[in-house]
Amino acid sequence: MATAEAHIDSHDHHDHEHHKGNFITNYIFCTDHKVIAKQFLITGIFWAVIGGAFSAIFRMQLGFPDADLGWLEPLLGKWITPEGKLDPEFYLALVTMHGTIMVFFVLTAGLSGTFSNFLIPLQIGARDMASGFMNMLSYWFFFLSSVIMFISLLIETGPASGGWVVYPPLSALPQAMQGSGLGMTLWLVAMVFFIVSSLLGGINYITTIINLRTKGMSMWKLPLTIWAFFLTAIIGVLSFPVLFAAALLLVFDRSFGTSFYLSEIYIQGEALPNVGGSPILYQHLFWFLGHPEVYIVLLPALGITSEIISTNSRKPIFGYKAMVISMLGITVLSFIVWAHHMFVSGLNPFLGSIFMFLTLIIAIPSAVKVFNYLTTLWRGNIVFTPAMLFSIGLVSVFISGGVTGIALGNSAIDIQLHDTYFVVAHFHLVMGSASFFGMVAGVYHWFPKMFGRMMDAKLGYVHFWITFVGVYLVFFPMHYIGIAGFPRRYYSFTNFDAFSGFTDLNAFISTAAAITFVAQFIFLFNFIYSIFRGKKAPANPWRSNTLEWTTPRNPGHGNWPGEIPAVYRWPYDYSKPGAKEDFIPQTVPFSQTMESNLPHENDEIALEKEIEEMVVDETGEHLEHGHGAH
Amino acid sequence: MMAENYQLVEKQPGRPLAMHPQKFALWLFIVTVMMIFAAMTSAHIVRQADGNWLEYEMPQMLIVSTVIIVVSSIFLHWGYISAKRDNLGNLKIAMTLSVITGLAFFGTQYTAWGQLVDAGVYFVGNPAGSFMYVITGLHGLHLVSGVIYLIYILISSLRYKVHSKNMLNMEMCTTYWHFLGGLWIYLYIFLLLNH
Repeated sequence: MATAEAHIDSHDHHDHEHHKGNFITNYIFCTDHKVIAKQFLITGIFWAVIGGAFSAIFRMQLGFPDADLGWLEPLLGKWITPEGKLDPEFYLALVTMHGTIMVFFVLTAGLSGTFSNFLIPLQIGARDMASGFMNMLSYWFFFLSSVIMFISLLIETGPASGGWVVYPPLSALPQAMQGSGLGMTLWLVAMVFFIVSSLLGGINYITTIINLRTKGMSMWKLPLTIWAFFLTAIIGVLSFPVLFAAALLLVFDRSFGTSFYLSEIYIQGEALPNVGGSPILYQHLFWFLGHPEVYIVLLPALGITSEIISTNSRKPIFGYKAMVISMLGITVLSFIVWAHHMFVSGLNPFLGSIFMFLTLIIAIPSAVKVFNYLTTLWRGNIVFTPAMLFSIGLVSVFISGGVTGIALGNSAIDIQLHDTYFVVAHFHLVMGSASFFGMVAGVYHWFPKMFGRMMDAKLGYVHFWITFVGVYLVFFPMHYIGIAGFPRRYYSFTNFDAFSGFTDLNAFISTAAAITFVAQFIFLFNFIYSIFRGKKAPANPWRSNTLEWTTPRNPGHGNWPGEIPAVYRWPYDYSKPGAKEDFIPQTVPFSQTMESNLPHENDEIALEKEIEEMVVDETGEHLEHGHGAH
Repeated sequence: MMAENYQLVEKQPGRPLAMHPQKFALWLFIVTVMMIFAAMTSAHIVRQADGNWLEYEMPQMLIVSTVIIVVSSIFLHWGYISAKRDNLGNLKIAMTLSVITGLAFFGTQYTAWGQLVDAGVYFVGNPAGSFMYVITGLHGLHLVSGVIYLIYILISSLRYKVHSKNMLNMEMCTTYWHFLGGLWIYLYIFLLLNH
């Protein structure tokens, strides 16, 4: 990164916005949204490697229960028993931490944190976030949270082990299992900092999008990425405080002896003093965050996909407004479906029917989005960049995972399939893989803007095909195991006669998982290598319309040398009939494209004067440079 | 390639929303605080509906707290109007009074907790009591931030830094403090009806 950044100063004479600082202010405690985005991305990738490695380890246990795992001892120490087996309690810690890391640290912080930070100011035409300082705090709270969570992996009693949902009473009683001791305490402390980080970030994203759009950038001219980040931030701001409340009550139960979630519990024949609590209460509070969290993870990926598919199909996105409205619909619905995670908790069946009904309604906006992706692709001049492949891959896994969602949303079926591998298969496809594909697609697509260099496309293709095939080979067979009734989070399949028939299938899944995991190192290599040695990127490598491609190759702090460009049109004017090129950037006024204007767009020429005359002070702004990019 | 397409304009973009970004961010922060208390009070309702609920007397002192926080808000508003009219003498008096009443609120809340303990309602025990302490305690914690903000404004007003040309922090502080007062009134009525 250092070489790339140093490059700007020699190359770009107009870069008066770039304040020279030392290494610490430029790369560590930096308020530039682009640097913060990269910090989130690199921390996210670090966590993804750990989270992925965990799944590879527990898949080994599930696929090859008889294998000697002694060779992992240098890494895992006493968690490998003297017989060379994985410690059963550590197995539970692995699945718990895999979930926690992937949902929060990779797909929330790594995805939203990276792309909201990176793209919001660049795509709406702002110098930086509304508060660069809050933005920096947001990253450092996340970093603190990461450090605490990482320490919990290393302690003697192991990290939290009660599942990523940390249901009480298992999580509330330190004596319940090893992981419910110090590991659980650290988990809660880390999550509190994580929530603070998310809220600081989310408040900043919303404020920036509402307040700092460049002139002409009305809400209906925003790229769909920004709409997605906007709605994601709103969901976060509304739901993370509820998780905070749930965690706070859990802390009181654990450390101060209250009974919010605990009632009439006997441990080793002895009654605990706690009376009058309700563990179901925790489930309600948790899933009030937990379900919106699914969309916090997914919506940014869907937004990124919209942008990439439209650009690389060389076609306007089909149904822009329908896309926005369906995301709005998903946002609203995400808050009123949480109890579909609780159909077996003794929920009133009538209430269950209501939640079932609301849950199934989500299929409508989701299907609208899928339909619009497909119709955008339809008869487009598709450019198969690695980002495009991953975006199409997202649409594919989103469909195959979404279809089983319709099944699981029915309480009658859910009661049968609850907590089986069917659920695991469902959400790993629709949420896990889809969001992961969106994140990787985003990295491939915006890498040139982030680091000024291109990632290697050939390695990208290899990475895509192994990942895409691998993901299906891993998660598709899980549906069968789930239908057969095998519960998730169990240490071993072979202890039960009913499931010993699935040994081969499990070995197959584990093999596929290992290959898919190893294939991610192709991406990692490509990523790190390209930062330093990649081919230098042109200003607009994908011939895209959005504002970030009007900045210099390596934008300094402030993004645009000279004025921020004004915006005259929506971001999806691709292959417009009559136009000279197959794309017209948002900064091109209608008065310059008479040959391709539609009748109503000719009327907007009169409004361009107004856009140009908008005034607002941007203090410290120099006006002597007319031209933006070189 | 794109540079030719640049539309060169003399002036800088207009802010699409008139509200100052910091104020807007404050409102979003207020939304998050509202969500925490929405979660707490709904949890209270859900838990109470399950039965096995300790009935207890609301501490009398809470009425005094309520009056004090309303008075504090009135003082602050007086300060706000004074600042707007550049009546800086009144501003200082008003800010001092609102800080004092803000601090007095902690005193009455603490006394109320004492009354609860005397009545046999403890933090550890039946969730009815625990909820009472958690809700009032969490509100108190937010109030600490509010009082710190008030003190900050008081100091700035003593240094003549708050006046009609420099109202941003004063306005934000007023919004936040009124919100915390309103939040308390909601919580008080909620607890009065549901304790």
